[in-house]
Amino acid sequence: MASYADRDVIPGVAMKRWPRVRARLSRDGLSTLVFVLPLLVIFGAFSWFPIVRAFVMSLQETNLVSEPTFVGLSNFSRVWADPLFGIAVRNTAYFALLALIIGFPIPIVLAVIMSEVRRGKGLFSALAYLPVVVPPVVSVLLWRFFFDASPTGVFNTILGWVGLGPLPWLQDAASAMPSIVIEATWAGAGGTVIIYLAALLSVPPELYDAADVDGASIWQKIRNVTLPQLRGVLFVTLILQLIATAQLFTEPFLFTGGGPANSTTTVLLLIYHYAFQNSLGGEYGMAAALSVMLAAFLGAFTAGYFWLTRSWSTSS
Amino acid sequence: MTARSGWRRPPSARTQDDRGIVSAADWRHRRVRWALRVVQGATLIFLLIVGLGPLLWMAKSSITPTQDTLRTPMSLWPHGFDLSLFATAWTRTHIDRYLLNTVWIAAGSWIVQIVVATTAGYALSVLRPRFHRVLTGLVLATLFVPSIVLLVPLYLTVVDVPLLHLRMVDTFWAVWLPAGASAFNVIVIKRFFDNLPREIFEAARVDGAGPFQLFWRIVLPMSRPIIGVVSVFAVIATWKDYLWPLLVLRNPNLQPLSVRLPTLQPTTDLGIFIAALTISSAIPIALFLLFQRLFLRGPGLSGAIKG
Repeated sequence: MASYADRDVIPGVAMKRWPRVRARLSRDGLSTLVFVLPLLVIFGAFSWFPIVRAFVMSLQETNLVSEPTFVGLSNFSRVWADPLFGIAVRNTAYFALLALIIGFPIPIVLAVIMSEVRRGKGLFSALAYLPVVVPPVVSVLLWRFFFDASPTGVFNTILGWVGLGPLPWLQDAASAMPSIVIEATWAGAGGTVIIYLAALLSVPPELYDAADVDGASIWQKIRNVTLPQLRGVLFVTLILQLIATAQLFTEPFLFTGGGPANSTTTVLLLIYHYAFQNSLGGEYGMAAALSVMLAAFLGAFTAGYFWLTRSWSTSS
Repeated sequence: MTARSGWRRPPSARTQDDRGIVSAADWRHRRVRWALRVVQGATLIFLLIVGLGPLLWMAKSSITPTQDTLRTPMSLWPHGFDLSLFATAWTRTHIDRYLLNTVWIAAGSWIVQIVVATTAGYALSVLRPRFHRVLTGLVLATLFVPSIVLLVPLYLTVVDVPLLHLRMVDTFWAVWLPAGASAFNVIVIKRFFDNLPREIFEAARVDGAGPFQLFWRIVLPMSRPIIGVVSVFAVIATWKDYLWPLLVLRNPNLQPLSVRLPTLQPTTDLGIFIAALTISSAIPIALFLLFQRLFLRGPGLSGAIKG
């Protein structure tokens, strides 16, 4: 089996280097380079370079025709002066708040109930997770039928059974965003349920035993043992959810395209609008500037959040 | 399949039956038992309606006449079935072509992701070149950059690849290659390789195996479970992707289902369109049902995928 080595690398090189290579498993040898190369090429071209380029671009005037020129912070000031910017920020914050109110408690309640199911637990979690695997585009297009504002729309028919509605759902500036949040919660809650279920499994059973000895009721055990034990996970999922909602694109884009009356224009839709929906050619600089601003805000927010909650989340 | 059997959750320290929120003593009270059954039963019904309901409605509407779906969306088959909707969607709306595009895109992205993740994981975990710590750090760092930052510069990169000056727009490469830059895959695979027993590598080396034999004959066969996990998630993630293929595949003949469906909607008969929706969610749902355990086994994988 002596021919192993030279079949792989250029024969001459391999023969010469082999003893050293063999001694240290080819530290920095040619074969190592072969294995690192895909990482370097793919990450270099499609991850590291674009990340750096985003920051550079935010300071440049870029179009696809002429060489980019540095324009200082003018992209940022133009974004800042855009009346849509304030609207988009407000809408995104409103979306995040609604998603927090509607979407955050539901998975906790579901997971706590499901953790005590003794038979058929798999069925429960499979049902909860099912919407997560449906492609987002399919969910949105399907829910557009459900949200049909006419009295014969799916949800309005159901509301009609109990004598309510019809509601305008997506067609009214006041109800468009809550409607999108309902769909987004449906599409995302299952993933969070699974995370909580795993976290609930790792609660030390001795704590429940101790609570039993003290004569705690089920409700007291949930309040004083389960929820405090989940605290660390809840802090992480909360910030992950906020980061995800700030970057939501498919739902508002396909449900309403930002309307009615810009009531669902989010920061991401605005970035898309700057770069790809511009009749005068892409405002790539402004789009990059807004992306950088969003990323900087999310980074600062996350850092601040962990700094503020560091004492609470580690004490468990 | 190995992918399913290899990733079972380690047996929990807690014996499920008597040491949870509801203790054995609680369970003996008739009132508690009864209340618990009601709560759990209600939860099951809620999950059935909310989790399965919309999908059942979709399935039902793709086999009932369009007029029924429009007039009485919530009634069951008032005027019988219309089984031609699937066939029409498949042939006249060309769902077959877009589905094939989706399959191509998913397959290519999968290969690129697996090649990059396994070679990189092997290099960073087993071969450990001089700068492996720096490289691992650089890969990890990309996890903390929100994907939105990449959108515009990545698009411009694909329009005009640096150094080579290639234009990848309107080729599948524009989706395949960037898919490989998944830090999540690299880190997961590297962690798995880190835990493989080093003695086996030593033994193989003593037997004269070079880095390539070690990779191909020992590390890869031992890693089938994790490669299976990464594969399933890679395929589903590509299947779900919308914004990126929308940007880089402008030619309708190359677009996957996710990009095509919204543009088809205004010009397509409702029943046929819902049949198309059913077709495009069938494969991810089938994958989920087949590999349930991978998805439901916990936060490690399902939760950490970058949005």
